[in-house]
Amino acid sequence: MSESALRAPALEELDLRSEDLVTVRYPRASVHGIAANLVLGLFGALFATPLLWMLLSSIDAHANWSVKLPTLTLSNYAAVLHAAQLRPLLNSLYLAGVATTVTTATAVLSAYVLSRRYVPLRRTYLIFILFASGLPVTMAIVPTYQLFIDFGWLDSLFWTSIFLAASSLPFAIWLMKNFIDDVPEELEESASIEGAGTMRILLRIVVPLTIPGIGVTAIVTFINAWGAFLVPLVLNSNPSDTPASVSAYNFLSAFTTPKFGQLGAFSLLFSAPVLALYLLMARRLTGAFNFGGSLRG
Amino acid sequence: MSAVALNELDLGPRQDRARFEWGSVLFLGPALALMAVLFLGPIVYSVYLAFTNLQLAGPNAIHYGFTGLTNVRRLAHDTEFTGATKLTIYFLVGSAIAGQTVLGMILALLMRRVLAPLRIVVGAVIVLAWVLPEVTAAFVWYAFSQPGGTLSNVLGRPDTNYLNDVPMLMVCIANAWRNVAFSMLMFSAALRNLPTEVVEAAEMEGAGVLRRLFYVVVPMMRGTIFTNLLLVTLGNLSTFTLIWVMTQGGPGSATSILPVYMYLVAFSFNDLGYGSMIGLALIALGALFSISYVYSLRTRLR
Repeated sequence: MSESALRAPALEELDLRSEDLVTVRYPRASVHGIAANLVLGLFGALFATPLLWMLLSSIDAHANWSVKLPTLTLSNYAAVLHAAQLRPLLNSLYLAGVATTVTTATAVLSAYVLSRRYVPLRRTYLIFILFASGLPVTMAIVPTYQLFIDFGWLDSLFWTSIFLAASSLPFAIWLMKNFIDDVPEELEESASIEGAGTMRILLRIVVPLTIPGIGVTAIVTFINAWGAFLVPLVLNSNPSDTPASVSAYNFLSAFTTPKFGQLGAFSLLFSAPVLALYLLMARRLTGAFNFGGSLRG
Repeated sequence: MSAVALNELDLGPRQDRARFEWGSVLFLGPALALMAVLFLGPIVYSVYLAFTNLQLAGPNAIHYGFTGLTNVRRLAHDTEFTGATKLTIYFLVGSAIAGQTVLGMILALLMRRVLAPLRIVVGAVIVLAWVLPEVTAAFVWYAFSQPGGTLSNVLGRPDTNYLNDVPMLMVCIANAWRNVAFSMLMFSAALRNLPTEVVEAAEMEGAGVLRRLFYVVVPMMRGTIFTNLLLVTLGNLSTFTLIWVMTQGGPGSATSILPVYMYLVAFSFNDLGYGSMIGLALIALGALFSISYVYSLRTRLR
């Protein structure tokens, strides 16, 4: 699991159905009902206010720390999209891209065998994987740093992303195994009788049938790696390799009078891919995997 | 004969012993190798490094050695460590219990009683806060708490820096804001699966809202509440980014919970050996919670 321990086992727990937030029940107009609506509305407003700052300051020519009506401008985005700021975004893309590819590919291979084949100690291995998916492994960042020194991997964007891949693997394997378990075995059996090898069956039959599951696994890994902060902060001090999460933090502390609008614009640009991927996951998978029904309604 | 037909014959369990295919090694190998080197590797390494005098720079950066129980003794007498442990407990109470579990339950209950449009909009905002990268969440809360920020303007005290005056409260609120969606969604799913007859029976017997909640709903949901508390605690025990970006553990050491203190010891005070010891303590604590989590899910393992 990557930095936020919460996200990894999270999906496992969320047995959501879209009815939760969609079904129109008409509550009786009662004092309780009105009070509930008012209280939840208030919570909603409180939750939205900090987010509103990011949006409004990014289009405000005179932004400050407060939420206020903006003097509309796009100059903040123009300033942030300058070449020097684009580099960190590309670094993040590389970091999350490599981590996602490695994690997803190795997780599919492992999950298939764990789901279908006889493996000694299979149950023990699965219990270990579930256990590991809850472990706050980034708390081993200090020995990891020393390990990277010993291996000569320090300041390498590639090895940083491999570390992120390894830390997301337990949860990815667990998730993929559950998706493959749901695919009926009959098709594979007949392919096997026809003489197809394991790899062929995996690539031609199982992978096409579990594309939604592979998508979820890849997106969860990508979101984690894209937002990773502590790992690249420690393992990667080469300025030209800084990912966007770390460069945004440097940007905040670099000026005595912060460039409020640019900070808002950069935060929004940095968050946009994560939001887009989440929406994609929620939109595509309402049938197969009900996670995220809440967002779409 | 096709596979389906064979199944219909119902021959009972297969009589031969399942055989291990050596080809499986090729499939399991890559993930195993990655996890052995970069997941278990650092944890095992920390068991060694925690008992050395390894430093980030200086003579002990290269020629470091085993120092026995020196780091353990240091841990026992380190008032900063005791302080960080206390702050971690405050953080757990303020964020994991009050901010995430209790508020998550309140939100899940409210969601069932409100009009659909409100439910969809507020639900989307809460989940949005959860999906955003941690650094972004830290930024918006940093802005919110600054002098001249939204909070100080709303409260009519424009010169107050809330990250200076009530730093722990602010990071607890920010962390709860970011993570409450998880508990809310988990509780919503559990509430939906509650047998309505029991709740209705209690209502017919004249039990009020609070009575129904504490004597009927909460007891029936105790499994979910327990799992939620475990997962939320695991998340809080490894919270670094949010606090580091908002306060860097300050002012002074007012928000230096254990992960932040570990980072400071290792990378600001150069003490990698002692930093590993603190990390090891955190992993051991996390392992305890994670074992409980596996245990609570054991019925789902097959």
